[in-house]
Amino acid sequence: MWARNLLFVGLCLAGLATLGANLSPAHKPRPRSDLRPATSPAEGFGATVERVNAAFRADWDRRGITPAGRADALTLARRLSLALVGTIPSVEEIRLFEEQPSERRLEWWLAGIFADRRHHDYLAERLARAYVGTQDGPFIIFRRRRFVSWLADELSENRPYDQIVKRLISDSGIWTDHPATNFVTVTIKPDQGTGPDENELAARVARAFLGIRIDCAECHDHPFEPWKQSDFRGLAAFFGETQQTFTGIQDVAGEYKVEDPASGKSETISPRLPFQSELLGTSAQCEGTPGESALIADERADLRLRSKLAAWVTHRENKAFARAAVNRIWAQLFGRPLVEPIDDLRPHGDMPPALDILADDFVSHGYDLRRLIALIATSEAFTRDSRTDPALPEQEIAPGDEESWAVFPIVRLRPEQVVGGLLQAGSLETIDYESHIVTRTLRATRQNDFIKEYGDAGDDEFTPANGTIPQRLLMMNGEQVHDRIKESLVANASTQIAVLAPNDAKAVETAYLAALTRRPSAEEAVHFAAVLANMNDDRNRNQRLEDIFWALLNSTEFTWNH
Amino acid sequence: MEPLVRGAGFHPAINHDSKWQVGNLPHEFTRRGALRLVALGGLSWLTPLAQLLARDTDSTKGGEPAQSLIFVWLAGGPSQLETFDPHPGTMIAGGTKAIKTAARGVFIAEDYARLAEQMGDVALIRSLVSKEGDHERGTYMVRTGYRPNPTVVHPSIGAICCQQLPIGNAELPRHIAILPGQWPALGGLLGKQFDAFRIQDPANKVPSIAAQVPEPRFQRRLDDLSVVESAFARGRSRQARSTLHSESVDKARMMMSSEQVKAFDVNLEPAELRKAYGDTPFGRGCLAARRLIEVGVRCVEITLQGWDSHTNNHQVHHNLSQTLDPALAALLVDLRQRDLLKKTIVLCGGEFGRTPQINPAAGRDHWPHGFTMLVAGGRVRGGVALGETDSEGERAVSQPHQVADLHATVLTALGIDPHHEELAPIGRPIQLSEGQPIAELLG
Repeated sequence: MWARNLLFVGLCLAGLATLGANLSPAHKPRPRSDLRPATSPAEGFGATVERVNAAFRADWDRRGITPAGRADALTLARRLSLALVGTIPSVEEIRLFEEQPSERRLEWWLAGIFADRRHHDYLAERLARAYVGTQDGPFIIFRRRRFVSWLADELSENRPYDQIVKRLISDSGIWTDHPATNFVTVTIKPDQGTGPDENELAARVARAFLGIRIDCAECHDHPFEPWKQSDFRGLAAFFGETQQTFTGIQDVAGEYKVEDPASGKSETISPRLPFQSELLGTSAQCEGTPGESALIADERADLRLRSKLAAWVTHRENKAFARAAVNRIWAQLFGRPLVEPIDDLRPHGDMPPALDILADDFVSHGYDLRRLIALIATSEAFTRDSRTDPALPEQEIAPGDEESWAVFPIVRLRPEQVVGGLLQAGSLETIDYESHIVTRTLRATRQNDFIKEYGDAGDDEFTPANGTIPQRLLMMNGEQVHDRIKESLVANASTQIAVLAPNDAKAVETAYLAALTRRPSAEEAVHFAAVLANMNDDRNRNQRLEDIFWALLNSTEFTWNH
Repeated sequence: MEPLVRGAGFHPAINHDSKWQVGNLPHEFTRRGALRLVALGGLSWLTPLAQLLARDTDSTKGGEPAQSLIFVWLAGGPSQLETFDPHPGTMIAGGTKAIKTAARGVFIAEDYARLAEQMGDVALIRSLVSKEGDHERGTYMVRTGYRPNPTVVHPSIGAICCQQLPIGNAELPRHIAILPGQWPALGGLLGKQFDAFRIQDPANKVPSIAAQVPEPRFQRRLDDLSVVESAFARGRSRQARSTLHSESVDKARMMMSSEQVKAFDVNLEPAELRKAYGDTPFGRGCLAARRLIEVGVRCVEITLQGWDSHTNNHQVHHNLSQTLDPALAALLVDLRQRDLLKKTIVLCGGEFGRTPQINPAAGRDHWPHGFTMLVAGGRVRGGVALGETDSEGERAVSQPHQVADLHATVLTALGIDPHHEELAPIGRPIQLSEGQPIAELLG
């Protein structure tokens, strides 16, 4: 009898073991560790960085500002991960980072980010907010997730930015098969005809791709900009042919009529551009990269209004397009756009020289988003510390210093970044696409739950704001934070540290690295060493480690980018 | 940052002794009471005098505007025909019958017997029209009074209440959503601090308001935190201060230790009262709403889901009425008995109505062209129904009102100027509401 029971138990265990082996394949070395960053100095890269730096230095000199010193490497790595991946570096990644020769670390780190699917997803979501907003949109004909994953795919291939935008404006077909068309379908109001809302599309094109707010002119001439109501309607008219049909978004030639709200009369509006209309139809003359020629040939034959508009928006000489892109990527990295507000770059206003230097480089290097990100990340402005030298007696940082980028701005993290940091801090290993499927699913669920409570930032990406009390309560007392730090069988960071750290000092250091991507200061080390000293009881010691984690996760430092 | 003022010695008015009887109206002498008396006695010749009397009592009732809002949100779009705007005996009714109510000449669907008794205090706007027939857009429209616009997020009406009305003694978040649905009420251009604080069934503990660890240990954690904070502030003390992070920790801490947290706990109410509201999450939500406004919360929104009856409309609505009728009636009675109805506006409705025509699946589809919102409390005139929808199911509506008019009316009743302008982040001034207050309702 006992033999049979034993056999049964044995069979069960063997089954479980097989299942386990299949679910968790042998640990593969992470791609990050054997990444070879493109060390061949990209053409003109150093020169552009130097010009950007010179522009800032000239401004600082003029204002009589001494810029803050260079931030340490770990701080920069944390900034880049938060800005581009939406999370913080894991302890595992930090160890690898520190194994790199110090002069190559940042380059290596950035190359790892560019190869990381989490980066493509995160940046795609950020950009999607400017392109289609956060609404669920019209059911059936709009698939936001499909749109974002398509955008992530494009980013993973480092598709030139102008080509992505051309697709968005002019793609035709079914929204599932041609995900770019969701840019158009999101504006369809199912109970109001089959066409997209051309006014909304005109406003989106102007704001997201050109950085201008022409939509005030929807109802009247702009009060302090040159935009006329006719400019807005003329822009909207480019979408006048576009219809939702059985074969998805298509263009049907016809006249575009709108009702004048004042007179109530219907009038025909012809497509018209608000500025630089001489560029319309000349895009075929511009030289493109060899891969682009097919697309351009298509365009030559393509007389649809949307295609013409797309060619005009992305025209090499349409400066507004490159400027808007640079300003948005800058905002992505700093949490604050170079020119505020992000979508109001007055075409006739004074622009900071750095904006144009970067925009020119962006145009002349094939609208390469990665190059642009790397240029900004390497610049002196991005690598400034967010404080004065802590070793010196403190000098107040004047508000002007932050505005002129002489010191890195302190910006509140987005909800996705807070939860990204929280979930990563709770694990010593990196949670990424290499992680186990269960880990990834859990991460996705937890992220959604957390953001629901914490409050999504909506479309509004870069408005400065302070935190709210319910957000604080959630971090101080919420289940999610509690689960991440409490003693647990599925070893989270605090449990792992409690068990594995060779001594108290190492335990505190690892907790700091996991949560704040830095080592404790001398005072902090002394304080927490005393806290953990003479803890003979394991349970008490574990609890105190949990408490340390709690304090780190609830700090200003954890909640704000710096 | 939302300032929180700690009221000295203020405790929530929790009255365990109050005698509870649904349907037992207090016999105060009101204008409606007078009119009803007149109507009952057939003393129509006395009407002018009665009106004079009534006007008098109205002014002695105090012109004080209401101070809080309870928004009973029927998510999914309830059918006006099976709730507050029945058309009995017509093709479009599909068999739904109507019953008399305490308001003369106002009939509501037969499923709402308890609410019918309270209709003397209730106004119905049966002629709301909107252009938004999609759930998400319609929800935005009715919550904010504006059509969705990609350039600005308008504040929901609860957020406006919190921003415009005095802070008072509340130590809790002043905008609370109970059983919130998919699209939470937002502060929009007024700021995130006015977003609704979300809680689920009040039978459970409010998450994250109590610490996860005992007090001494929590205190130790705060001590540890201060060490980390001062390390961060070194070299950037002004920046660190400007985050207001420490202040928000202190305020959260204050909220955790506030006596007012008890306002969430409906178990402190007598069993009889809880029963009257109904033993449902929604019923408990309505009861919690009353407790919360008692401690100074400005807006509580309670959501009842499930009204999107594309199939089997009548059954869906009958089932939901079993939850809504007792809870809403009990809320009105409870507020009146505690003398809170004068100080509270109660709204009930959803993002749109449903088609008069019944579809082949015995359902009704979305219909923003004539739907009902229930308004009660404050100095809103009760016992009336404004506007009429077509009994054949056409789009024609008599006395149509835009959703914005509803907003302007409610804001006016709360003593808030609807045309007050706030600056949107894009630098455009935006009125709290672009509607016109409905004069018939504000008496």
